[in-house]
Amino acid sequence: MLEIRALSKSFGGVKATDNVTLDFADGSLTAVIGPNGAGKSTFFNLITGALKPDSGQILLNGVDLAGRSPPEIVRHGIGRAFQVASIFPSLTVQETMLAAVGADQRRASVMHRRFPLAETRDRAEQAMELLGLASKRNRTAATLSHGDQKLLDIALALVLDPKVLLLDEPTAGMGTEERWRMIDKVRELWEKQKITVVFIEHDMDIVFKIAPEIVVLCYGRILATGKPDAVRRNEAVIEAYLGTEHHAEAAI
Amino acid sequence: MTELQAEQASKVLDNSVTKSKPRPNRDALIALAVFVVLALLPMLTSSKFLLDFVIRCAAYGLFATSLNLLVGYTGLTSFGHGMFFGLGAYGFGLMMQKTGVAVPVAFVATLAITFVVALVIGAICVRLKEIYFAFVTLAFQMLIHSTILSWVSLTGGDQGLRGGIPRPPFLGIDLSNHLHLYIVSCALLVIGLFLMHQIAQSPFGYTLRMIRDNATRASFIGIDVWRAKLTIFVLAALFASTGGMIMALFVSGAYPEFAYWTISGEGIFINMLGGVTTFLGPMVGTALFLILNDTVTRVTEYHGIVLGIVILFFAIGLRKGLMDFVIEWYVQRRERSGERTS
Repeated sequence: MLEIRALSKSFGGVKATDNVTLDFADGSLTAVIGPNGAGKSTFFNLITGALKPDSGQILLNGVDLAGRSPPEIVRHGIGRAFQVASIFPSLTVQETMLAAVGADQRRASVMHRRFPLAETRDRAEQAMELLGLASKRNRTAATLSHGDQKLLDIALALVLDPKVLLLDEPTAGMGTEERWRMIDKVRELWEKQKITVVFIEHDMDIVFKIAPEIVVLCYGRILATGKPDAVRRNEAVIEAYLGTEHHAEAAI
Repeated sequence: MTELQAEQASKVLDNSVTKSKPRPNRDALIALAVFVVLALLPMLTSSKFLLDFVIRCAAYGLFATSLNLLVGYTGLTSFGHGMFFGLGAYGFGLMMQKTGVAVPVAFVATLAITFVVALVIGAICVRLKEIYFAFVTLAFQMLIHSTILSWVSLTGGDQGLRGGIPRPPFLGIDLSNHLHLYIVSCALLVIGLFLMHQIAQSPFGYTLRMIRDNATRASFIGIDVWRAKLTIFVLAALFASTGGMIMALFVSGAYPEFAYWTISGEGIFINMLGGVTTFLGPMVGTALFLILNDTVTRVTEYHGIVLGIVILFFAIGLRKGLMDFVIEWYVQRRERSGERTS
């Protein structure tokens, strides 16, 4: 269970995250939405250690991770993919996976073996299969399409067997069809892996179709949380973010 | 290195690694074969010049290849790597002159000193990025060079360690015998290259490549970037120090030039000549550099101008080192023949 307790972060006078308290149940799928500048990415950056919170707690199964370094947080089981695919351009897909697992295992043999452990190879193979990258295993990351680079970014987080997976706009920069393919993939991963997935998304059609839970952020504060229908009917959310269109759809 | 270059190089070099089964034994056999060939060389030729050339290749080759672990594999461009070459030469020379211990003891003790010094300097430097890292390593190099110059009672100042380095025989090996020195240098070279290759091809080697490509992402998959950089900084220093010890044995002394910034510059020069995208690039660069140096200095006193023109040719003309160029040419040729057959 990921519990966020009174998390706050300010930049100068701007409160990017303002006293946010949230629970993400094990195995839940939650969308984080909100207008530009709502503090969605800052929220992710705080959870993953890219930023240190001014105050508050980030409890993963009771262990407070607030203020710890990204590698420590990753080792505790919080994986992350980025809005702009963050990959290793000169490595092939397979090398990326093997290297990530190899770094994760941190065995004494890392200095003098190639990738010898069957377990290393199996984990890398599984991640490539899950993300549909197995046929592109020998392509260098720099030569992959934008969509495949995003998948590789997710595979990098997933290959480490996280308990919680944070996806920062997995469909950013994609065409309509590609978006749906990607989001179907995210849903498939969530169902198969049975991990907690939290994703930021701007496309409301996608959010309301696939997310069982929604969190709405605005000016760093939680505007609303709950099931899609409740969020869609929430007056404050309609006013601040959704507009009347989605409200009307919900009424129908 | 552009992404395209990186891609082409990695296609050739790295795919084979991850496709293949673990094969340290194959590497060991190749290393053994290379050592046997080098060891048999004195039987084929009595040319002292050639054997000297190989010894110098061993010293500079270990130094340059270890620098490539930093520059090519980790993206840490050190301008001060030569300090460890100098440290190796002075540490070993002083140990032999002052304490009279056996050669292997001095060898291990010098590595231990290098380890401690590299750990302290590395802990400070690897926190820094790019140009700051480069210049702080250079600053440490100048600090060590200045210490050597000013601590005359210990180091002999600008005259260097004179009077020769005593080399008492050990285990039937007499390093004052030119042939023995040659064989030991070859052995150190081959063992050093073998170990560095194992590091480069290991999961840790791939961790270094990830840090080079995208250090931020590396930290988000659980890699302690600082620790990994420090580890390779110290390891590279140990190999550079070994190169320095070979050089000290070869010239039977140690001179301030061994720890001067120009040695680091030559290391970068060698890497540019040979190329940083292949493991053996720096070895090829070393051979090229020494051949160039030897021939040009014989012909003209303005050898610096010639070397400058050569490096400009590689940097601006080819935009890559010789081995990078050869690998790229090979990949293109293979692709063309593949297209024709399909």
